Amino acid sequence: MAIAEDNPGGRRRSPPLLRHLRKGAATIGAVLITMLGLLFVTFLIGRVMPVDPVLSVVGERASKEVYDDAFRAMGLDKPVLVQFAYYLRDVLHFDFGTSLLTARPVSEDIARVFPATFELATLGTLFGVVLGVPLGVIAAVRRGSWVDQSARVVALIGYSMPIFWLGLVGLLIFYGILGWVGGPRRLDIFYQDIVEPRTGLLLLDSALQGEWGVFRNAFSHIILPASILGYYSMAYISRMTRSFMLEQLGAEYVITARVKGLPERRVIWRHAFGNIKVQLITVIALSYANLLEGAVLTETIFSWPGIGSYITTALLSADMAAVLGGTIVVGLIFVLLNIFSDLLYKFLDPRAK
Amino acid sequence: MKPFRKMLASVVLGLALAAPGAPLYAETPPNMLVIANRIDDITTLDPAESFEFAGSDVIRNIYGKLVNFDPMNLDAGYVPDLAESWTVSEDGRTITFKMREGVKFASGNPVRAEDAAWSLRRAVILSKTPSFILTQFGFTPENVEETITFDADANTVSITTDKRYATSFVLNCLTATIGAIIDKETVMANEVDGDMGNAWLKTNSAGSGAYTLVSWKPNESVTLKANPDFYLGKPAMDRVIVQHVAESATQRLMLERGDIDVARNLNPDDIAGLEGKDGIAIDSELRGRLMYISLNQKHPVLSKPQVRQAIKYLIDYQGMQDSFLKGQYVIHQNFLPATYLGAVDENPFSLDIERAKALLAEAGVSDLEITAGVREAQERLEIAQSLQNTFAQAGITLNLEVGTGKQILTRYRARELDMYIGAWGPDYPDPHTNAGTFAYNPDNSDEAQATGLLAWRNAWDTGGLTEKVAAAVVEPDREVRAQMYRDIQAEFRETSPFAIMFQKIEQIGRAENVQGLSLGGAITAVSYWTVTK
Repeated sequence: MAIAEDNPGGRRRSPPLLRHLRKGAATIGAVLITMLGLLFVTFLIGRVMPVDPVLSVVGERASKEVYDDAFRAMGLDKPVLVQFAYYLRDVLHFDFGTSLLTARPVSEDIARVFPATFELATLGTLFGVVLGVPLGVIAAVRRGSWVDQSARVVALIGYSMPIFWLGLVGLLIFYGILGWVGGPRRLDIFYQDIVEPRTGLLLLDSALQGEWGVFRNAFSHIILPASILGYYSMAYISRMTRSFMLEQLGAEYVITARVKGLPERRVIWRHAFGNIKVQLITVIALSYANLLEGAVLTETIFSWPGIGSYITTALLSADMAAVLGGTIVVGLIFVLLNIFSDLLYKFLDPRAK
Repeated sequence: MKPFRKMLASVVLGLALAAPGAPLYAETPPNMLVIANRIDDITTLDPAESFEFAGSDVIRNIYGKLVNFDPMNLDAGYVPDLAESWTVSEDGRTITFKMREGVKFASGNPVRAEDAAWSLRRAVILSKTPSFILTQFGFTPENVEETITFDADANTVSITTDKRYATSFVLNCLTATIGAIIDKETVMANEVDGDMGNAWLKTNSAGSGAYTLVSWKPNESVTLKANPDFYLGKPAMDRVIVQHVAESATQRLMLERGDIDVARNLNPDDIAGLEGKDGIAIDSELRGRLMYISLNQKHPVLSKPQVRQAIKYLIDYQGMQDSFLKGQYVIHQNFLPATYLGAVDENPFSLDIERAKALLAEAGVSDLEITAGVREAQERLEIAQSLQNTFAQAGITLNLEVGTGKQILTRYRARELDMYIGAWGPDYPDPHTNAGTFAYNPDNSDEAQATGLLAWRNAWDTGGLTEKVAAAVVEPDREVRAQMYRDIQAEFRETSPFAIMFQKIEQIGRAENVQGLSLGGAITAVSYWTVTK
């Protein structure tokens, strides 16, 4: 009764802490369900794929006895749902299984390959944002000018040119002919095994350990693939920025701001750009997530030992423990980037609070 | 905004300072061999388990064997290695090896007869894929204590086979990867749950060979360090680094820049581009891999002898060799690769549309439509397209089922494909390795599940060839044995549902200062210990 009297208009609002906890629990629940669904679908695809996973273990020359032993050892004689339940149990114990291809725990493999991709994707996205956003804004502000036309051509080339071609031509010119950058792979052989891998991010590890020779060499190797990925990222980001900005620049509040006599820079950057930040974050987050999945072709051309080529090789060889481990990581990246974007929305857009 | 600008400025400045300072070297150090190769097929470095090309390359340089091939004289066949001599019992079933004295493993432990016997027993007991190379002699996990024995005092090891085999056959098999002699003490110190050190040895080494394993980073690199106690003397190259570089064009660029010494996966375009370049040499070696097509004998039409014969005349061997396979494959129509005991160089088939049409008409076949399984690999797809073209000229529609290697292989092993376009590499350097799969099929029923036999996969009852192959493998006289294989191949060429087409040539790009690199020919793997700069 007391409650009804305190709150005669309806349900009582929960205290803020409880509300946050509830929201947090709901988010975690959503993440878990998403991950479970993702794992189940991937697991199922792995089992119905017309590839015999036992062959990946024993090779095509194995005798029937060797084959049968491996078949049983891999638990393939059990129903798919039981196999999935076993897998899930192991995952909950942080055991992602052993990769057939590398003979190592999948978690160890991912800890090795993911930092390589992370480093490349982060630098690529950084290039994409630093160049793409201003380019998109300028193109929108000077619509129809040579800057706009050039930006569109750059974006069009970025969209239409195959990345492996650009990668090879880049290598040929900047590594093969000019010698400005290091070649494929993350380091020259002379610099390998000098830095102790703490984070797996070579630039960071070498800087932290004061190995500036290794840092310079690692940078000379990463700059080309990162620039190429950054170029594609820039093409996408600049085009989207341009289109978001055009929408804002035609809005009435911008006209009002201009009529009020505000400086043009303030109108563009404070008012118009301020309003596209939320949309832009989605675009950047998506582009970043795509790169974090691993750019398989770029990794192949540059012999970059990243997660993209790891998952692809595993998939082609029916190494399902590795594929599922990789899927968990990629799925988590998408989910976390989504949550991070949501949080940023609230920070940047008062309406979302 | 000010702090942000400051940060941005320092980042840009940092990048600008870092870039021009990056040192670039024009060549690798004189005591280091750097190779670019595709090494993503390595799944283990345990000799009892390894069965892939790149893995064999590594293991050959880490482990000694009882008998081995001399990289500088591969034609000599097997020669003494860790065994300095051997004798064969009167009944031909027991071979006793006298171990070489004073040889040490890289760990410092002596190489004993006990290590040799234990290594062979271990390979049988572990029953991994290549174990058939040893178990075909009647060794089983239950009987290895009696069939593979050692005498510590006499420093000898003896193996007793279930029946008499050609001695050359047994010794050839011991030169395979699985014949590697392992340091028992070191490996057993790392045993987990009775695995005889299998898990540990997948990523470590315990041999007496020219090199020891420093690291294997999957899909990245393999690094080897010279073994100073190698009984043939410390190798000239202190370190060998094999880097995984998948793309041919990338390998070529790295070779031209001097970042690597050897590029092992160059396509014909890149080979052509490198020819005549200063400081770079191109080497070609005949390897054991054969490219073939086969016809499923469950198919009512493909099982007709005239159709099988017609197909062999519908292949443009010369055209393919001279165009997209140029320099990479050579015409070879027999199941024993050139350089093998009993190999023949008769290649009677050539593209002859009219003759094929006549054979098809004789069989009463018109408007035939078949589906071939082929894996997604450029050279195989190009072969498949050439076949589509020539088959069509005789009224045969060839549909392609393209998939990954594992997908197609799964269907092939289940006897589900009409036709298969693929490759086969020998398992060990003895003629039985190919005779025993192409022309041997003791039980052709589905229940036999002899998926390892190519004849079974194509549901081919070999007629009398199975018995002839069984007889050849026990023939003690080397020359008689060779003649038996020549006869088997002559019959096989005419009657089998296999059209063997090409033998692989490996072409590599090499820095000219690198000398003495043996790729192993058709019979073994690469050797680094003979390399000098």
